[in-house]
Amino acid sequence: MSSTSPMARPRSFLWSRRIFLTLLTGFVLVPVYVMVSSSLKPLADVTGKFRWFPSGLTVRPYIDIWSTVPLARYFANSLIVAGAATLLSVLIAVFAAYAVSRYDFRGKRVFTVTVLSTQMFPGILFLLPLFLLYVNIGNATGIALFGSRGGLILTYLTFSLPFSIWMLIGYFDSVPRDLDEAALVDGCGPLGALLRIVVPAAIPGIVAVAVYAFMTAWGEVLFASVMTDDTTRTLAVGLQGYSTLYDVYWNQIMAASLVVSVPVVAGFLLLQRYLVAGLTAGAVK
Amino acid sequence: MTTTTLEEPVRKAPPGTAAREPRRPGRLRRVSLPYLLLLPALLLELLVHLIPMVIGIVMSFKELTQFYIRDWGTAPWSGLANYRMSVDFDAPVGEALLHSFFVTVGFTLLSVALCWLIGTAAAIYMQDTFRGRGLLRALFLIPYALPVYAAVITWVFMFQHDNGLVNHVLHDQLHLTDKPSFWLIGDNSFYALLTVSVWKGWPFAFLIVMAGLQNIPGELYEAAALDGAGIWQQIRRITLPSLRPVNQVLLLVLFLWTFNDFNTPYVLFGKSAPEAADLISVHIYQASFVTWNFGTGSAMSVLLLLFLLVVTGAYLLLTSRGRRAADV
Repeated sequence: MSSTSPMARPRSFLWSRRIFLTLLTGFVLVPVYVMVSSSLKPLADVTGKFRWFPSGLTVRPYIDIWSTVPLARYFANSLIVAGAATLLSVLIAVFAAYAVSRYDFRGKRVFTVTVLSTQMFPGILFLLPLFLLYVNIGNATGIALFGSRGGLILTYLTFSLPFSIWMLIGYFDSVPRDLDEAALVDGCGPLGALLRIVVPAAIPGIVAVAVYAFMTAWGEVLFASVMTDDTTRTLAVGLQGYSTLYDVYWNQIMAASLVVSVPVVAGFLLLQRYLVAGLTAGAVK
Repeated sequence: MTTTTLEEPVRKAPPGTAAREPRRPGRLRRVSLPYLLLLPALLLELLVHLIPMVIGIVMSFKELTQFYIRDWGTAPWSGLANYRMSVDFDAPVGEALLHSFFVTVGFTLLSVALCWLIGTAAAIYMQDTFRGRGLLRALFLIPYALPVYAAVITWVFMFQHDNGLVNHVLHDQLHLTDKPSFWLIGDNSFYALLTVSVWKGWPFAFLIVMAGLQNIPGELYEAAALDGAGIWQQIRRITLPSLRPVNQVLLLVLFLWTFNDFNTPYVLFGKSAPEAADLISVHIYQASFVTWNFGTGSAMSVLLLLFLLVVTGAYLLLTSRGRRAADV
């Protein structure tokens, strides 16, 4: 951490900092407060005029959310899809980034440029073709990609792949080459060198990439809304199931939003150190 | 591809180390190893991005309405008709697309500028250690960490006409408006969308700039302080110029993400966005899925992609030239 030592700062700086950070904290926290407080309010409090403080606290919404929509099933689907997409995405990105970082081969530039430029595609451009492709693959081979968790996993893992590869290339480049040369001398194959030397040295980068991949899969709405059916629906779509009841059960909607947010937010805040370290070493260098 | 490289030494061995390599696996294996490592990534990119993109381009030349969706291969070719319809700005379809394009450009520029400004200011202000800094940093990252739908649904609740927080504060408590306003329909929806987008997006700029700041050597500041430069001068002369390479990438990424954003407007407004906040990706989604005209939707997507390619290319060209000029 190269945070500058807290030497004497002029008053103008300290005051402007105090004002700026206070306003910003307010802006950031008001919706969070609304979410938390409304989820504990009785129904009357969220249907009438907005009130800053609940007239009484109740945990009722937290019990009701599970029966209003099949939230548990959506939850399980999201966990499976995001978990599998993250695992696979990290694994594939590690291999690809290792190849780019350690080898010279024909087509290397084409590969990195192509992969990175897919980041730029508007999702809407390949939503429908992908949907058609999955349906056709299903008809031709019997592998159900459309409407299944598998199809969604495949789709999501490619969403985080470009960023993951890009970040890990930077990270692997910063792991001294001598280390894997030494491992090769000791008789490890190239894969041994990758798994025993490079991966352990790049753990912060890998954790950062995993966090990013999980958040991407957990929060995606567009493809989830087209590519899932009743049994495979994820939280992103499932939560909108309360929307037919919009003006009625706001306390339940807030409770459900909070419940689905807690795993990612907690994970993110626990691991954000790695993300910053990973970005510092990889992406922004 | 592989066959041509067989003759060449492929391992990027630093000079003098090649001889130390004890294991000499088969030549073929050595040569093809990087390709094997890349294969899964390559196949998936092909399946999910590149092949669908090609299909999308093909579809844009077809008359693909709901009658042909089951067997889209049989849809008749329509030449450039879909494109002509998309860019005929005197007819309703083209006019709506152009309007949506301008809304998106305006929205994106404002959102990116605000996200960058807030994120950079917060990162610079939080460079010094002070009490509560770690907690504040964690709090600031919450909007970014929240799943989009959970965050945006909360804003939908806050923007409600009768029972929302925004009208309660602006009308009931501060008496700034004559009557409660509508935020999710009509002209106000643009500002509602902008607010949510900035709320959700600035922490990413904060995160990246924070990481960028850690790569600025402390000696630079010490030297400047010895020269008598105050904090504001240090920020202007050292911090901001040092961040230039980071900012170049950050601004481009923010621009592309915001321009293509679908999730925020979709959750905020539902399937039909109000005209004032009719972002292009929702517009195309509507043009394809609501009216079931996939050919025209594809043509619009291709035009959007071309626009983004041109903008990105021009941006990279300009910034790299600028960087080279700065180096000289």
